Amino acid sequence: MFENIRLSFKGIFSHKVRSFLTMLGIIIGIAAIIAIVSTIKGTNEQIKSNLIGSGNNNVNVAVYQGEWQMDFQYQSPPEGMPVISDDVKKELENIKDAETVSLYRQRTYCESIYHMNTSLEGGSVYGIDENYFSAAGYRIKSGKGFGERDFKGTQKTVIIDNKAAESLFPGEEPVGEIIDIMGEPFKVVGVAVQSSKFEPVINTYEDYQLYNQDTSSGKIFIPTNAWPVIFRYDEPQNCIIVAADTDSMTAVGKAAEEILNGTISVQDESIKYKSENQLERAESLQKLSDSTNTLVICIAGISLLVGGIGVMNIMLVSVTERTREIGLKKALGARKKVILGQFLTEAAVLTSIGGLIGIVLGIVLSQLISKFADVPVAISSVSILVSVIFSMIVGIVFGLIPSVKAANLNPIDALRYE
Amino acid sequence: MVLELREIYKDYMQGKDAVPVLRNINLSVEEGEYLAVMGPSGSGKSTLMNIIGCLDRQTSGMFIFDDTDISTCKDKELSEIRNRKIGFVFQNFNLLPRQSALENVELPLLYAGVNKKERRERAAEALVKVGLEDRMNFRPTQLSGGQKQRVAIARAMVNSPRLLLADEPTGALDTKSGEQVMELFRELNDEGVTIVMITHEREIADHAKRIMFIRDGELSNLNGGDSL
Repeated sequence: MFENIRLSFKGIFSHKVRSFLTMLGIIIGIAAIIAIVSTIKGTNEQIKSNLIGSGNNNVNVAVYQGEWQMDFQYQSPPEGMPVISDDVKKELENIKDAETVSLYRQRTYCESIYHMNTSLEGGSVYGIDENYFSAAGYRIKSGKGFGERDFKGTQKTVIIDNKAAESLFPGEEPVGEIIDIMGEPFKVVGVAVQSSKFEPVINTYEDYQLYNQDTSSGKIFIPTNAWPVIFRYDEPQNCIIVAADTDSMTAVGKAAEEILNGTISVQDESIKYKSENQLERAESLQKLSDSTNTLVICIAGISLLVGGIGVMNIMLVSVTERTREIGLKKALGARKKVILGQFLTEAAVLTSIGGLIGIVLGIVLSQLISKFADVPVAISSVSILVSVIFSMIVGIVFGLIPSVKAANLNPIDALRYE
Repeated sequence: MVLELREIYKDYMQGKDAVPVLRNINLSVEEGEYLAVMGPSGSGKSTLMNIIGCLDRQTSGMFIFDDTDISTCKDKELSEIRNRKIGFVFQNFNLLPRQSALENVELPLLYAGVNKKERRERAAEALVKVGLEDRMNFRPTQLSGGQKQRVAIARAMVNSPRLLLADEPTGALDTKSGEQVMELFRELNDEGVTIVMITHEREIADHAKRIMFIRDGELSNLNGGDSL
């Protein structure tokens, strides 16, 4: 076997130009596949990191009517949707792989938020519990967070995010100031920012629309106890759950949906708790990009097929050229399988070298693509391994006919061949 | 007895017609013999050599080689007999051009499954024996015709075969190199190697201890005429 490989290399290098031309089909095919797969993988990883980004693994479970999340700024809370009880919350906390559970209420585009005469147009108001900031991935930038006191009684305190801070307090320090929400004065105790430094990579306007879901002009957070002061006390809550890892997000979301939907008895059956996690979104987006690219991979695969036929052709020529050699070897006692092995090895070595060159070319190509087309690439080690094995298989499959032909040569005819 | 041919017939099919090439060949070769088979081209001597060399099969008759009935052997067994019991020397040497003399001589040992170290040693020994100890790593293209044929003889002898089968061993050589090869054959025969040599040259055949003539597919002890 080792001897065969050594001889194959010798044979291939003694016909450099011919061997290279034979390999070309394999080289192009493998390079194309590596480049495409790397680009797909890069795009997919970008989608995933853009959407999951912060690495917070949180799953949002909110009240939906059909396809749309309900917003109680404009809709009245439906009958039969009770406030989530402590028991239910405990159940949520006991879901496998659920780490933190936070309940919150939310209103978007709340128009009555003022500091002096400055209004926060299109801001959102959140009524949050003690777990919200850690679950949703916020940290306090200045001032302080809500303490135990804020969740007892009805403290009219507020934390605003940095966007709201910029709008309401341009060039000023907001901590300690009073803002006015729905006519009620609230004292700003802190400024919160999204804790991850993550910025989605945005190349196109479509990407911007896709990733930039946060269209509000700012968020302000008040303790959930203070919610009834300005809004309804019985508004349904949403829920945010941190899963142990990215892969368990979907399962955790589904489990939470089930528990929460078990507590409601709404007439309109389209109103339900629904979980939405970014992993699912990422996966569905990836599927979209995968299916369009499968076609391209198939086309690159055809190049491998053509390359394989080229290998078969040159191997047939090689068998004819070496008829005397084969005859001699048989006369000296080489059995059929020895001859078969020799030619199969040669074909496999030929295509494997082609495959290796193809991989190098493919990596170079994908780096060039990433540089000039501004598309992310991620070289996949699996695709490299598969390419090597596949090019070897191409060699063996297409080398089979010539090798069998060589093995079955009659030694007398072969020796007499001129 | 090294080999015995009994009532061997060989036909070749030409379209639908069977053309007889060998007719009723009877021949036995004893241990240590040195036999030359002479005949003009088309006489069937190459076919005879192919049958003796287990490269071809007779149409009818019996061929016993080293106590084995060759007609019952399968391809695998024939390969083994060719590998271990017969050493071939061809007119045009048939050396592998891209391999050194040493590697060429190693080839039969490779097929016999001998390990690398032993292959090297035995091949080198065989090359020393034919007087090419200083040419071991030369390629065939770097060797003269006589040297090439001596490499081929070393290759034939490396597995210590029962029979050295030579087909026009001097056909492609000048007179001097031819004489050297014949000298080598004589030495080998003196050591007890059984040799069967096919030739059409009387001078070469005269080196053998026994000469047979083949003409129109029939073997005889007599020279069929002076036309050779």
